[in-house]
Amino acid sequence: MLQLGHDQLLGAYRRMATIRAFEERLHDEIKTGEIGGFTHLYAGQEAVAVAICDQLTVEDKIVSTHRGHGHCIAKGCDVTGMMLEIYGRADGLCKGRGGSMHIADLAVGMLGANGIVGGGAPQAVGAALAAKVDGRGRVGVAFSGDGACNQGTTFEAMNLAVVTKAPAIFVFENNHYSEHTGDAYAVGTARDIASRAEAFGMKVWRADGCDFFATYEAFRELLEHVRGGGGPAAIELDTERFYGHFEGDPQRYRGPGELDRIRAERDCLKGFRARVTGAGLLTAAELDAVDAEVAALIDAAVATARAAADPDPATVADDVYVEYY
Amino acid sequence: MAIMNIREAILSTLHAEMERDGDIMLLGEDVVGGNGTAGGPEAIGGIWGTSTGLWAKFGPDRVIDTPISESAIIGAAAGAALAGKRPVAELMFADFVGVSMDQLWNQMAKFRYMFGGKTRCPAVVRMVYGAGMQTAAQHSQSVYALLTAIPGLKVVLPTTPADAKGLLTEALRGDDPVMFFEHKALYGVKGEVPEGEHRVPFGQARMVREGGDVTVVACGRMVNFAEKAADKLAAEGIGIDLLDLRTTSPMDEDAILDSVEQTGRLVVVDESPPRCSLAADVAALVAARAFTSLKAPPAMLTGPHAPIPFSRGLERAWLPSPQTIEGAVRRTLAFR
Repeated sequence: MLQLGHDQLLGAYRRMATIRAFEERLHDEIKTGEIGGFTHLYAGQEAVAVAICDQLTVEDKIVSTHRGHGHCIAKGCDVTGMMLEIYGRADGLCKGRGGSMHIADLAVGMLGANGIVGGGAPQAVGAALAAKVDGRGRVGVAFSGDGACNQGTTFEAMNLAVVTKAPAIFVFENNHYSEHTGDAYAVGTARDIASRAEAFGMKVWRADGCDFFATYEAFRELLEHVRGGGGPAAIELDTERFYGHFEGDPQRYRGPGELDRIRAERDCLKGFRARVTGAGLLTAAELDAVDAEVAALIDAAVATARAAADPDPATVADDVYVEYY
Repeated sequence: MAIMNIREAILSTLHAEMERDGDIMLLGEDVVGGNGTAGGPEAIGGIWGTSTGLWAKFGPDRVIDTPISESAIIGAAAGAALAGKRPVAELMFADFVGVSMDQLWNQMAKFRYMFGGKTRCPAVVRMVYGAGMQTAAQHSQSVYALLTAIPGLKVVLPTTPADAKGLLTEALRGDDPVMFFEHKALYGVKGEVPEGEHRVPFGQARMVREGGDVTVVACGRMVNFAEKAADKLAAEGIGIDLLDLRTTSPMDEDAILDSVEQTGRLVVVDESPPRCSLAADVAALVAARAFTSLKAPPAMLTGPHAPIPFSRGLERAWLPSPQTIEGAVRRTLAFR
């Protein structure tokens, strides 16, 4: 199956399973009231983040969205550091200042989740322009949803990337809901986001974002094009959001049985498992072992986060500047 | 009088005013909600519950769900207003004003002046603001000072259900662009609301209580915090003149100056960073125009010069509180 070896497949599964377990655990933990603010879960979209980030190097940069936990984990952010951040602890990845919507880890090329829909795409073009200066074939990747595709910033970023031939990649994860509104209503190009990118003058790909392998293969081609100097490119991935826009969203916009159906028919983890075991590439026992490891990792992360110290209130105005005046 | 909360006061005012005036339109993200989904339109009815039932009553031409496109929302409101309508644009979070700033600042605010006084731009931008719910740096800000600084805009911040009705009605009847701030932590605040037509003119502060020892000027949620502080201090015989500004543009300068001339002491409470803030504006007004009445330096109680943090304890440290207001009043009184 593609050129992926045993360890690569197992690693991809581990990262997808980690995202799923992280998000499902948060879904439960949020009900305890210990976690404040807004949390937007990525469960259902794991194949996209992992199939893409597994092909990037640590020097490639990504910018994420408000639904950013999956991108963070796939790009290599420390899971415990993320959990600490979501609990608002002093040792969180962003010292408790950012929270779920603002996790970043520049050391792994993760330039930040973003509370502003459409806020990230121009920054990915900036990262791509920086990569062009450096000349080492690195890329800047913007993750955007079917909501962000309607923001002017996203349009401007696409055109800027095309006219500057920036090695920028626009990943449109179409989970069919911009917050509580359907893409059939909000995306004017008949649910087709990729055609917009194409109209800006870049090469585009489309794939089933719930199929890890289809996503991986399409992005492999795309990345070859961009790294080879072909200019910016975009990919639209048809995916599913297993939870609401934010935790606490009653999801009254869903049809009867919709969540059961997408979980039964469109679960990228189940699909991955069936493919790799069916082809004899990985055994069910290996995958089960990963599931157990991941469960233990998340248990430990939650336990650590619960027990950890909050930031010292006296530090509230630290980190505003590098040099204070 | 009817008892209702601020959310209900806003919703019922929108219903009544849209009924009365066919030129009023509403547009924003998920103000209907559920468009293009299996659940169908009105599956949400507005995520803040301030637009429920409007789409069903007034239809999709007047109640418009927009894509996530804040520049277009504000720009479309500006254009519709120039074209003779009375649009109400909703920003789900006031922070998103950043996305739409040009349409607000360079366009809507300046039309009348640039066009030689020949146009009116009667748009109302409703925006949900405020910290205290751990919504972090991009969903918690109180950008009223930023918008107060822009000539051409009026800025309104109701703190009671009666004022929510009266000020929103006034905004919808007026002919200038109005920035209408709704604090996310105040939606549930209940109170008496006058039945029938109720208008609260802009630029008239509300004297929440008179105490005579220290003038406390506040707006938005800080008024409620200041009331708590005033209750505590009253038990010790310290009397607070508490002024709820209601509108920061125009601002009721006379009410502030009249009170400070009596008390000689001023504390301004402002849910924003200190620089170029409402607190600085009021303190400057008092220093310039009530200097000889002052018995103590004007005190500004604001957040620090920092974004709003996520972590619960840090956010608490960022925000003024009834305790820090009480402390500021005591320090002001102790000044010799």
